[in-house]
Amino acid sequence: MNHLNVSNSMMIRIIFTSLICFFSLVSFINFTGPSYPEKLSEWGIFEGNLALLKPGKGLVPYSLNTPLFTDYAEKSRFVRLPAGVSVEYKANGVLDFPVGTLLVKTFYYSADFRKPGQDKDIVETRLLINEAAGWKALTYVWNDKQKEAFLEIAGDDRQVTFIDKEGKAQQVRYVIPNQNQCKGCHNSNDRMIPIGPSVAQLNGDILFQSGKQNQISYWKSHGMMLHVPALQTIARTAVWNDPKTGDLNARARAYLDINCAHCHRREGPAQTSGLFLTMHENDPTTIGINKPPVAAGNGSGGRLVDILPGKATESILWYRMQTNLPGERMPELGRGLLHAEGLALIKEWIDKMK
Amino acid sequence: MKLFSLVLIACTGLPVAVFSQKDFQKKIQSQMILAEPGAVVELPEGTFTLTNTLSLDGKKKITIRGKGVDKTILSFKGQTDGAEGIRVSDGSDIILEDFTLQDAKGDGIKTMHVIGITFRNIKAEWTGTPGPENGGYAFYPVQCENVLIDHCEAIGASDAGIYVGQSKDIVVKNSKAHHNVAGIEIENSLRADVFDNEAWQNAGGVLVFDLPDLVQKKGGQVKVHHNKIYDNNHVNFAPAGNIVASVPSGTGLMILATKEIEVYQNEILNNQSAGTFILSYMTTGKPIKDKAYDPFPSAILIQDNVYERKSGLPAGINPLVTMLGNKFGENVPHIIFDGIKNPSLLNAGGNWIAGQCISIINNKGQSIANLDAANGFKNIALINESFKCIK
Repeated sequence: MNHLNVSNSMMIRIIFTSLICFFSLVSFINFTGPSYPEKLSEWGIFEGNLALLKPGKGLVPYSLNTPLFTDYAEKSRFVRLPAGVSVEYKANGVLDFPVGTLLVKTFYYSADFRKPGQDKDIVETRLLINEAAGWKALTYVWNDKQKEAFLEIAGDDRQVTFIDKEGKAQQVRYVIPNQNQCKGCHNSNDRMIPIGPSVAQLNGDILFQSGKQNQISYWKSHGMMLHVPALQTIARTAVWNDPKTGDLNARARAYLDINCAHCHRREGPAQTSGLFLTMHENDPTTIGINKPPVAAGNGSGGRLVDILPGKATESILWYRMQTNLPGERMPELGRGLLHAEGLALIKEWIDKMK
Repeated sequence: MKLFSLVLIACTGLPVAVFSQKDFQKKIQSQMILAEPGAVVELPEGTFTLTNTLSLDGKKKITIRGKGVDKTILSFKGQTDGAEGIRVSDGSDIILEDFTLQDAKGDGIKTMHVIGITFRNIKAEWTGTPGPENGGYAFYPVQCENVLIDHCEAIGASDAGIYVGQSKDIVVKNSKAHHNVAGIEIENSLRADVFDNEAWQNAGGVLVFDLPDLVQKKGGQVKVHHNKIYDNNHVNFAPAGNIVASVPSGTGLMILATKEIEVYQNEILNNQSAGTFILSYMTTGKPIKDKAYDPFPSAILIQDNVYERKSGLPAGINPLVTMLGNKFGENVPHIIFDGIKNPSLLNAGGNWIAGQCISIINNKGQSIANLDAANGFKNIALINESFKCIK
């Protein structure tokens, strides 16, 4: 929306914008500046009843082995590559998607987590659009009737209730980030980027319409990804809560990678801290072992180092994951609730560290 | 078309009396997102409570302007989201001016990766009794270039009131810092000019630090002059773990591991532990694993300053000052050097090679002690030898 000019020629622009909104109803267009649709339905991403999130033409579901925690929200993800264009295989890091790629991520809560997918409360749908000038993030906030979602640039919040896996009633003030806060995480050297979809994260099975299949082999067989090596040679991110997929260290590092390293890496906004938590960092100090904080302020929780091996509760990393104070908690955004299971994983990892 | 009405308001600058507090947050945030180069985001007069960070990202030539200190008050006392009051990132030629910002849950105003950032006539404070639950930094430019902090006031920060980190080409002037753990701190930053400021009632008045394990490794070329640095005897209320937690209460100026520092024509008065510390990083007792880090201070000039202190024991309970108290009683020398010199900067006779020395000359009330830190503080002693550079 920052292309929406706040200048003297505004009236002309409003008329122009309205015209674009009108014509765009013809659908399957990737909108670009100067305006984006006010309504999610105008994108033509989903077919039929919007709330069913039924993918329209060209949309392929995807999932990550270890996803980012966002206040226990469930996420539905789709990718749409431009017609006839593929993504090149890339061994490390997020794929270099071609211009015109659309990533669609919808955040929702099932009323009862023991019956996933039933009676959904859909909160927001985020679009990441790879434009010629770079990635652009838009968020559409769903209305209470779940009939439509509206573009929101300044952020908002919503009270959400759900029954958790243990049958306990939970409540969260779900925070919808403003457009700048999107870039607070989706950021590499100040450019906006997707966080999740690397081959290692995609290297796992999900349910397609055609049945269960490994995502990389699906992308390959459908011409979505080029130059894919043999599947068994491709790195695979551990599933953080599935010990069959990796040992404690692999799962903890996978968790930290997706939950922390979007900022805490050399190209990220938390580079000022000198704490880097990408999976491939090997320097013990860099990943926080016996490392004093730099600018933690009250976030140190009175603890002396980021990770004190063997003693999670004396480690700043653990402290910041278990506090809910806005100036201290980590991640800074999207965590109004503690992630008890993730915290337990990191605690065990530090406690068993020598 | 809700957005368009916001745009209209952003454009015409209509009065805001009609906005509820939540609407105020959205309105200002929308303006900050939509602002085009040359735009001024006006903050009206009044007290506004905000619950989330106001953020400006990827912008050029934007001014955010209030109606004056204590006229426009942004209160973050009820903040529920975001780790600072205002955040500016990835921009150039940004001016923030004429407002008060209170009680941010994390840092007050953080700016990162901005080339050309001005803070002018802003008060950033934590109200109430200073304590460790306050945010770390009131003013927090980091990894910025061309930083100007002018006529600002910082109160109550649990780390540093005015903190410039990993930045280049900095001016801090006409500003006040009090009741913080550190008043003004220049850390891992190059070419800073700090003058005409007042720092009082902090635990440490002015700090010039180089720390390990950071992206911008090496600071230096810092001038500290014509400042009033006095009565910095506040209890150190920094949360443990932070480097400033090891700054003794009663510190006027501390130079830690930095190079090419000039300190002149300051009034450094009644800082009861030490008017000036010159220390290597070893003296902090923290391990050094960063191989690219140089822990020694060198090329330091301390000249034409006025030192005074009241007779009395050093302030606080820091082990360093306890040793000073044990040695010197109520008459602690003004300038304390830990005695650790970079061996690679010494000649065969153990003296500094040209241009690398620590020079302490012509200060009013000058007295110097050597902590003998390299030998376990065994021989803490007054230094009577000349601290003049030999060319």
